[in-house]
Amino acid sequence: MAQTLSQKVWERHVVRRAPGEPDLLYVDLHLVHEVTSPQAFDALRLAGRRVRRPDLTLATADHNTPTIDVDRPIADPVSATQLAALTRNCAEFGVRLYPMGHALQGIVHVIGPQLGLTQPGMLIVCGDSHTSTHGAFGALAFGIGTSEVEHVLATQTLPQPRPGTMSVTVEGALPAGVTAKDVILGVIQRIGVAGGQGTIVEYRGDAIRSLSMEGRMTVCNMSIEAGARAGMIAPDDVTFRYLEGRPRAPKGAAWERALDDWRSLFTDPGAAFDREVRIAAGELRPYVTWGTNPAQSSEIDGAVPDPDAFADGAKRESAQRALAYQGLRAGTAIRDIAVDAVFIGSCTNARIEDLRAAAGAIDGRRVKHGVRALVVPGSAQVKEQAEREGLDRVFVEAGFEWRAAGCSMCLGMNPDVLRPGERCASTSNRNFEGRQGPGGRTHLVSPVVAAATAIAGHFALPEDLS
Amino acid sequence: MPLDRRDVDTDQIIPAHWLKRVERTGYGAGLFEAWRRDPVFVLNDPRYAGATVLVTGANFGCGSSREHAVWALQEHGFQAVISPSFADIFRTNCARVGLVTAALPEAAVARLMRRVERDPALSVVVDVSSRTVTAGGETHPFALDDFTRMRLLEGLDDIGLTLRHAEAIARFEAVRPAHLPRVSD
Ligand code: SF4
Repeated sequence: MAQTLSQKVWERHVVRRAPGEPDLLYVDLHLVHEVTSPQAFDALRLAGRRVRRPDLTLATADHNTPTIDVDRPIADPVSATQLAALTRNCAEFGVRLYPMGHALQGIVHVIGPQLGLTQPGMLIVCGDSHTSTHGAFGALAFGIGTSEVEHVLATQTLPQPRPGTMSVTVEGALPAGVTAKDVILGVIQRIGVAGGQGTIVEYRGDAIRSLSMEGRMTVCNMSIEAGARAGMIAPDDVTFRYLEGRPRAPKGAAWERALDDWRSLFTDPGAAFDREVRIAAGELRPYVTWGTNPAQSSEIDGAVPDPDAFADGAKRESAQRALAYQGLRAGTAIRDIAVDAVFIGSCTNARIEDLRAAAGAIDGRRVKHGVRALVVPGSAQVKEQAEREGLDRVFVEAGFEWRAAGCSMCLGMNPDVLRPGERCASTSNRNFEGRQGPGGRTHLVSPVVAAATAIAGHFALPEDLS
Repeated sequence: MPLDRRDVDTDQIIPAHWLKRVERTGYGAGLFEAWRRDPVFVLNDPRYAGATVLVTGANFGCGSSREHAVWALQEHGFQAVISPSFADIFRTNCARVGLVTAALPEAAVARLMRRVERDPALSVVVDVSSRTVTAGGETHPFALDDFTRMRLLEGLDDIGLTLRHAEAIARFEAVRPAHLPRVSD
């Protein structure tokens, strides 16, 4: 029978199927970080259980870590305790850990692909909703809660009900200046924050195929912002070129065997999805979110909408609430909104290509006086590579702060937080109330828009800058 | 307790700074921390003190995978949440730790919302065994698969259940393709 990509990958991992029960799936890679794992390790210890496959489990410290003064002791004792717990747990249970200061440390979803650990056809889980990022390689990857983390540590398997399937096809060529971030913001604007609920979304079409691996990761990363369980893109030569030669990618004869296998990972002609959405790439523009959920966005050429214009009562109310929280008036041109801070970072947009794009937009100009601008590379390796290319100097000379790797201001668990009322252009993925600090106001944008905005002091495209 | 908002995300249910803790308890005070500062927020309304059922808008629990959100709701005393729909990971986390999620049709939730707003003392019964919600003479069935229902009723250890299939897991492991990566050699 004709199968979709996600069905093929799902079927490969079924350890046990029984009527009336969820499938028991085998996990090829379990990524672990400090925030969602301590209670899981504690429970293992209490039950006298071991980690079944330490060789398929990798931990890193990212959410909570400061990205400044990283060689000094952590000032916040609660954060320090959590990071110490991760170190202790990994040592006790034999799990490899890339801690703060390690050359391979970084945001969990940046380091998996970078090491070549993320490969087509795998099943990958992590106690983090943006695990969907890894789907860019044709892997089935989704976020889990702490009880499930414990389950995977103990058994290397996870019972899961079979999700539905959905396709999002972006057809045609992307207009100049439209980035992967704009593609996914445009998709979410159209299908809504619950549009993918209960499904695995497969992104298809020329516009998706034309993206680099970095861009594909940006798209899959935000699948969860559309409510989807996971996002996937069928692997192709772009994927294989990215993987070849990476430390954990197969080598020699194993590489050839892997390639043969990976080339079978696509949706069969005639396979049906539960839901299909088509979007013309030509309609897409650079987007800026104005609200407090990722579907509430406008084109950068547009304006803050009038809540009364929403026909749906619930949408109207949520737009009203969002404008009140964000301190915005309906009808304000997006370009007229001034920002206090700019954050370039996160598992959505802190890979090397993102930093190159942002640096390219700066072009010798300086950050607007009064704007606090931060660049937080996605991993220590991204940081090192950027420094080799001289990008750090471009940022620093322009007035950006150049930081060590981590999640940082994406979720404001470390000292990088917005103050109440502060407005931030952010390349991250969530603009929820208080996400970047209590009372903080987040606007999601692409790296180029973020960089141009830092210079202009209000939302801008690189071509707006004089 | 009525919380008439849709797309309530887990950052609202429990903000990130609470997630620095390594314990499994102690999250109740962080529940809806930001919204709670508003004195008229429903959690501060004494008429709903002690409520065990939360009635709320669609797509409840969206965003981050933090199970802490479920722990916080439970510690505050909630045993069930009624909504037109739930975010996937949140719903799984609830099933894991025994917070009941009852998805009812949008119109039924809207009606129930109005009724509990009008009458804070209204009794709302979420019955896992019969898979129904009953309030003020109206009964609605909700979908709950047999497996989750059994776990909610019997409080089974999920890991223990899986370990009953240890042989199947070992058989599967024995035939995994050799090219799959390992974290260490
Ligand atoms: S960068 Fe942000 S979204 Fe990504 S894993 Fe870290 S906290 Fe989560």
